[in-house]
Amino acid sequence: MSSPSAAPDRLARFAVSPGRRRKDVIARTAIQVCTVIALIPLLLIVYYLLKKGLSSWSTSFFTTDPTGNTFFKASSIGGIKSALLGTIEIVAVASVISVPLGIGVAIWLVEYGKNSWFAQTVRFFVDVLTGVPSIVFGLFIYIVLIVGTGSSYAGYKGSLALTLLMLPVVIRSAEVVLLLVPGGLREAALALGAPRWKVIFRIVVPTALPGMVTGVLLAVARAAGETAPLLFTAGATLKTNFNLSQFMNSLPVQIYSDVTSPTPSVEQRAWGAALTLVVMILLLNLIARLAARRSRLA
Amino acid sequence: MSTSRKTENVGDVDPGVPPGNAGNPKGAPAPEQAPAPATPTSDSQPIEARSRAPKKGFRVTLEGLRAFYGSAEQVKGIDLEFKPNEVTAIIGPSGCGKSTMVRCINRMHEEIPGARAEGRVMLEDLDVYDPSVDVVAVRRAIGMVFQKPNPFPTMSIYDNVAAGLRLTGRRRGDLRPRVEQALRGAGLWNEVSGRLDEPGAGLSGGQQQRLCIARSLAVDPEVILMDEPCSALDPIATLKIEELISELKDSVTIVIVTHNMQQAARVADRTAFMLDGELVEVGATNDVFTKPSDPRTEEYVTGKFG
Repeated sequence: MSSPSAAPDRLARFAVSPGRRRKDVIARTAIQVCTVIALIPLLLIVYYLLKKGLSSWSTSFFTTDPTGNTFFKASSIGGIKSALLGTIEIVAVASVISVPLGIGVAIWLVEYGKNSWFAQTVRFFVDVLTGVPSIVFGLFIYIVLIVGTGSSYAGYKGSLALTLLMLPVVIRSAEVVLLLVPGGLREAALALGAPRWKVIFRIVVPTALPGMVTGVLLAVARAAGETAPLLFTAGATLKTNFNLSQFMNSLPVQIYSDVTSPTPSVEQRAWGAALTLVVMILLLNLIARLAARRSRLA
Repeated sequence: MSTSRKTENVGDVDPGVPPGNAGNPKGAPAPEQAPAPATPTSDSQPIEARSRAPKKGFRVTLEGLRAFYGSAEQVKGIDLEFKPNEVTAIIGPSGCGKSTMVRCINRMHEEIPGARAEGRVMLEDLDVYDPSVDVVAVRRAIGMVFQKPNPFPTMSIYDNVAAGLRLTGRRRGDLRPRVEQALRGAGLWNEVSGRLDEPGAGLSGGQQQRLCIARSLAVDPEVILMDEPCSALDPIATLKIEELISELKDSVTIVIVTHNMQQAARVADRTAFMLDGELVEVGATNDVFTKPSDPRTEEYVTGKFG
């Protein structure tokens, strides 16, 4: 190992010892195995979704409502149109409420609340809400708006449950990117004589925008995949419905009711619906990633 | 181009602006401005960018200025005058309160949570800490250049310079002449005129800092505060900024905080030495460096500490 031209004992310490080499190999292998193990279930999910779901995809699958006629004729069970449109409607309404509200809260926390006790309290409850199981939001809406008012399931009630679910995610993600905006930019704008609201809306928010879009889309993706908050708020129905005050179908609820069916063709439809849902969420994630790539922060 | 600048200039400092234009401190001290153009500095305007109506900077006077972070007193009662159209350098060791003192002048100090200031900062005859004074208007009159170049990353070169005008809502319509004027004033025009639409963050550090100077020039301030504007720049970029400072003092009052004593010697007409939040001495730059009256100043400028 040592060079012949120098004292051997002076350079010997630069040689990698066999023990260290062995430890390196073991550690590398261990973490690579961990990665592969974690990938296996993910790949299996995608594999089964494609294998089982893709065969049920067809034009009529997306353009017809489920018929509920599952017992006599397996060929006439219908598609997932009402569930697909229902999910889009419910999530859209939930987003329209939760995104502006959540971003507003995040702006207040970062630009005004800072470390005041009230801001800290808000942050604490937002954190608590982030950890609340989704079924609790459904339960809350069920008790307040359905049991409480003695009325029935409705699409907008499902939207409200999803709003509660999305709100903490939107607030937290927006807060994180707003905090990333360098203080120097705010100072520069303030020192130019810009009023604070203009500093926020012309400098801080545009700088943080790509990151906020990412956070919002991830919140939307999460909400779109939720079953529990919709089960007893929006209910389940067969017909495509654009009236938010009536029962409204959704993809997760459709999947839930289909997998419990004894009829194989209906179970098959659940796979198709699941694949549809995953593709929707995948698309949202892709858009979120593209938005993040445009980010000018860090 | 220079005529349009002249016209707008007059509009800004014209003593005849209606009193309804209140909240703009540029209007308030204007009567004291009237006899001013007779000062000797206004006749030395050799540079092309300055070939326009002589404009005067505002006099800034600190009276018993004290600044606090929470209960810690960082600036301990300073009386100091910054004369119009002069460059005053503030030197002193790290943590002596130079930056804090300068940030009190345009009331940026109070943006830090828990920070507050006492005493008076007079902009001509206006106390910028008076409760009736609009802090936003103060900052429009007193521009600031920071240590680290901080162009707005979402904006092009053009938009960065126009940002000051747009953010302050003072100008509508075509801002291009103003933007060109400001970029010329900051000595950046020749380097960026062909790529105004490119992002400001794509420029080199020195260019970014001159872009920031252009941005503060665009709103036509009377005073520019520079908080170690060259500390993030290489010697060549530093030299350009220093040349620029010498040009700018024809139209504005300049206060420059610097760690670099050679820089103070090169650019400043007067130099103030601060130590532990107190003003040790202030005088003509040459005097402060060659025959300081206080032994502490001598020790500092000769490199015995700091």
